[in-house]
Amino acid sequence: MQTFISTLIDGLSLGSLYALVALGYSMVYGIAKMLNFAHGDVIMIGIYTLFVTLGAMGTSPLMLALSALIMIAFCALLGFTIEKLAYKPLRTASPLSVLITAIGVSYLLQNIALLVFGSRQQKVPTYFSLGSIYIGSVQIELLSLLILAVTVLIMILLALFISKTKLGSAMLAVSEDKGAAQLMGINVNATISLTFVIGSALAGVGALLYAAKMPWVGPYTGSVFGIKAFAAAVFGGIGSIPGAMIGGVLIGIIEAMMNVFLPDALSNASDGFAYLVLIIMLVLKPSGLLGRKQIEKV
Amino acid sequence: MKRTFIKLMAVCLTLLMTLPMLSACGGSDEEIVIGAIGPLTSGAATYGTSVRNGIQIAVDEINAAGGVNGVKLKLEFLDDEGDSAKAKTAFENLMDKGMDVLIGCVTSGPSVAINDLVLEEGILQITPSASQKEAAQNPNSFRLCFTDPLQGTTMAEYAYNTLGYRKAAVVYNQDDSYSTGILETFRAKFTELGGTVAVEAPFSNSTEDFSAHVTKIQDTDADYVLLPFYNDMAAKFLTAAAAKSLSLPLIGSDGMDGILNYLQGEDAKLAEGLIYLTPFIASDPDEKIQKFVATYTERHGDAPDQFAADGYDCVYVIKAALEKAGVTSNEIDNAALIAAMKEITVDGLTGSVSFDENGEPMKGAKFAKVENGQYVAVQG
Repeated sequence: MQTFISTLIDGLSLGSLYALVALGYSMVYGIAKMLNFAHGDVIMIGIYTLFVTLGAMGTSPLMLALSALIMIAFCALLGFTIEKLAYKPLRTASPLSVLITAIGVSYLLQNIALLVFGSRQQKVPTYFSLGSIYIGSVQIELLSLLILAVTVLIMILLALFISKTKLGSAMLAVSEDKGAAQLMGINVNATISLTFVIGSALAGVGALLYAAKMPWVGPYTGSVFGIKAFAAAVFGGIGSIPGAMIGGVLIGIIEAMMNVFLPDALSNASDGFAYLVLIIMLVLKPSGLLGRKQIEKV
Repeated sequence: MKRTFIKLMAVCLTLLMTLPMLSACGGSDEEIVIGAIGPLTSGAATYGTSVRNGIQIAVDEINAAGGVNGVKLKLEFLDDEGDSAKAKTAFENLMDKGMDVLIGCVTSGPSVAINDLVLEEGILQITPSASQKEAAQNPNSFRLCFTDPLQGTTMAEYAYNTLGYRKAAVVYNQDDSYSTGILETFRAKFTELGGTVAVEAPFSNSTEDFSAHVTKIQDTDADYVLLPFYNDMAAKFLTAAAAKSLSLPLIGSDGMDGILNYLQGEDAKLAEGLIYLTPFIASDPDEKIQKFVATYTERHGDAPDQFAADGYDCVYVIKAALEKAGVTSNEIDNAALIAAMKEITVDGLTGSVSFDENGEPMKGAKFAKVENGQYVAVQG
């Protein structure tokens, strides 16, 4: 029982990180209708930024706050730049070209990191040393709770932003129909740019929490993580904000449970089993847990 | 414009092709040429560079003392970038340079790739550090370092007999044959001795979060944790283990060497108490070792690692074999030299070593411990 609760909390905190990244994937897909495969690599750049700023300024609370702000702003700027340089010229191109470009941007970011920082993984200075609380003999890391809380908070803020603000409504309109939105006087390009900026800033927040839990960064750090988060976004129903949240948390919990509770003979295939669940789920409900069914009108 | 460029390229290529001929003429007739192959660039560069530096120090020492039976040694080291195809080219180039004995390759893949070429030439080959079993299988090839399977057995004996542990938890990298190879022989030996393996928790190259692995270990009544994998992943594991207050003793394989390069300053305490198998410990008070460490540090600015020691020992093994075979010029009888290899015992930096019928090393293991952010030799 004790192990079960521990694992559940491990899974929740890992899953919250997936969810935070999945939110970025899902929002960009929902509004710009494109898969930004470079999203995981923005996280990697974010962690490297933290590595540099914290290394230079130290980890006192003030400097940490400053570093975090610089890092999130840098991620947002990076997202804005990528969108302007790589995706905007392809606005009218086929979705496949955009997808390939996104993969290209992902490799580009990885190789820039390889060039600047080398292939060796680096340790980000420790921050957020929160310690643990004990309930009975079950150890609960406070960091896990913080990650969960921040993710839930961001999801709520994002949902409010989209449903309550003018800019949010503009995003919804663009996601429904770009042409019609343009006719209604919405600046489609600016709206898509804004989506990328918010998505990349979320990646920055993700980087902050990620590096608090797993303080190691190399050029390929975010890539597999990003793919799993993408799977989480699809699992939850891509384009849906609560879907990304639920998908991320579930993937995290399933992964942790598989790691701990599969018998040794099967444990080599724990990732396989985690994704088997995903496949079964998608076969039963192709649009994901909370995805909207698209009805094609002829 | 384009045509001039092509002409220029042609001239350059011709020049490049004539270069080896020129250098081949440069080899002195009076020296024994020790060829060596390893990565000097690319990701594995540190290994090749260490081996080269170690070899060079040994060669200089021997030459300063008058050589082997009066014959001087000469080192020719070529870069293979850890790549099998490049290792083959490097080998051919070394043969053109008049290589008499080969030290290499430094890494396993290239070693396996050139084995048959070396067998054809019939010269003595000794790899300082290729631990994969297949890397030294031919009658003329020898190995200085532990093989992966041998490490598993050694760690099982050490844990059971010396430390008195009975229940192991193993975390291993399922993507790495180094890790799975050690696990298999460890499991066989440890259970044969009477111990049990309480849990085997695999991870993969892409694993970032080890929380679940730590929880899985804490769910068992294991009395220690075996970590047969490389230091980069170990650093991640140790971070998670500390966060979840894992208090069991940790034992690593030789891939753990260099863990403190990842865990510096405050972070070094994450590895505190970690014991790992290693052929060489720079802080060992042994006089021979301290002399080597001093020379190495003076020349290269930092302390030598096990690869440097492996390279250094290879040269002294070759020296002993040359002397045993009664070599007095650079005319070497390869068969006699190879036969001599099986009769010698060399007291090297990585322990006292002799070779069995299959060219595998017979030597005792050393264990190191991380204490106050330093590697310390474990006695016994």
